[in-house]
Amino acid sequence: MKHILTIIDKEWAEVFKNRMVLFTLIFLPLIFTILPLVMLFLTGQGIGDIGEMDTADIPAAFLSQCEVGMTGGECMQIYLVNEFLLLFMMMPVIIPVTIAAYSIVGEKTTHSLEPLLATPITTIELLVGKSMAAAIPAILVGWGSFGIFLLVLPLISISDAVMSYIAGPTWLLAVFVVGPLMAIAAVNLALYVSSRVNDPRTAEQIEAVLIVPILGLVFAQLAGVIVINVVLMLNFIGGMILLDIGMVYLGVSIFQRETILTHWK
Amino acid sequence: MFGFLGPNGAGKTTTVRMLTSLISPTSGSAVINNFHLGEDDQAIRRSVGILTENPGLYERLSAIKNLEIYARLYDVEDTAGQVRKYLQMLDLWGRREDPAGSFSKGMRQKLAIARALLHEPPLLFLDEPTSGLDPEAARLVRSFIEDLRDQGRTIFLCTHNLNEADRLCDRIGIFNTRLIALDTPQNLRHKIFGRKVVFHLAAVDPSWLRLIRALPGVHNVERVEDKIVVDMDQPERINPEIIRQLVGAGAEILFVGELRHSLEEIYLETMWESEERELKV
Repeated sequence: MKHILTIIDKEWAEVFKNRMVLFTLIFLPLIFTILPLVMLFLTGQGIGDIGEMDTADIPAAFLSQCEVGMTGGECMQIYLVNEFLLLFMMMPVIIPVTIAAYSIVGEKTTHSLEPLLATPITTIELLVGKSMAAAIPAILVGWGSFGIFLLVLPLISISDAVMSYIAGPTWLLAVFVVGPLMAIAAVNLALYVSSRVNDPRTAEQIEAVLIVPILGLVFAQLAGVIVINVVLMLNFIGGMILLDIGMVYLGVSIFQRETILTHWK
Repeated sequence: MFGFLGPNGAGKTTTVRMLTSLISPTSGSAVINNFHLGEDDQAIRRSVGILTENPGLYERLSAIKNLEIYARLYDVEDTAGQVRKYLQMLDLWGRREDPAGSFSKGMRQKLAIARALLHEPPLLFLDEPTSGLDPEAARLVRSFIEDLRDQGRTIFLCTHNLNEADRLCDRIGIFNTRLIALDTPQNLRHKIFGRKVVFHLAAVDPSWLRLIRALPGVHNVERVEDKIVVDMDQPERINPEIIRQLVGAGAEILFVGELRHSLEEIYLETMWESEERELKV
């Protein structure tokens, strides 16, 4: 455990000195938290009597999400705010990808992996240390942003129905379960990509592919193909668990002492 | 101190990586500090220090942070004490809070050597420790390596710098995908070039060459200007007799010295012989 903590300490000491990482860690979550708040505030203000809002533009499949007694405006707000759920799901992908890209590709460019591998640290300790160093900030920032989002919601006068939807199972599953699962997949993909490229920016660009399934969810809901609800979230979680198992297997097979020293270029 | 010499691509770095259990050998065996390669790899890594070809420092981190990380990874008990000891020993204490990336090449190399020593390994692998350093920095690093040797540590030195190996190493291995020669520099010198003694005289009379040639143990005698070069087995035994003969014949001896071939000559001769042998095969 001591070795894992040392690796995490080392990773954080090094990558958090990188402006690009700091930008990703502070600025992006800030934007991602403010955007849905602004949307909720503006729709709340603009609608006036949100009870008279027309729900004709909402896909029929989504209307079942709107509980009995919910006004059309509230239903529209929930529909719109669900599109911003992707931002909270993207945070655990973007942040570890940036950290892992700089931490692993950075080690390659400075040739610091060899002396590190020459220490008594085991390969699994090194892998866990690096993965946790990338995933923990992402998960914490994701959870922290959602916490701030929840704290600010009452200040912009949203209705209790919308508030209870956002603090309900769909969002909680997305933030507290899907987020960490996405982070695990992102870190392992970062390991895989980093073993094959020598530029952190290239690694980040390739790893951005992980955002595609999240964008897929949003566009699919916009097109009325799917409805973001608890059932969909549970299915997504099941799929992510399978993806994570595959990605961890891939990460472990890639992250081998000899492979790193003899094949990582 | 063991000098491991060989051309680029000979496999020196690969050998060091195998001996430090960074990679596994495809065949063969080795025992490092009484630990068997392939069986006690963790213990081997714990008992050796390695300076890799590239220092591989964390350039954004301070010198002290670089060392603290490695001290913890090597499970050093007194982390702060060991870090301080080596930073002070290598004159880096004053720059301990500066990022390693701001250091000169020589300072980086010293920091990397300190990193390899934190856990006080009895065996130290140094891969090209003075490569790319300016003469002053190289001298500093070399002097520190000498100190380490004098402390009784075993040092495995991979180098292209033959003068450095000649000056520092007790034994030499010449390697080119396989071990070609292994001995002390002195013995390699004698094996390859024999032993030659140069007698510097005020003037040379050709008859003196015949006198010397007649002595037992003398293989060859040559005149080079006012010097006589004698190829012989045991100069310690034959030299006094040669001197007696020369003085008896009226020679004025200015001084006597053994002809010393450089390690570079030994290395090149060994490589040529090896290549010739391989061509014949």
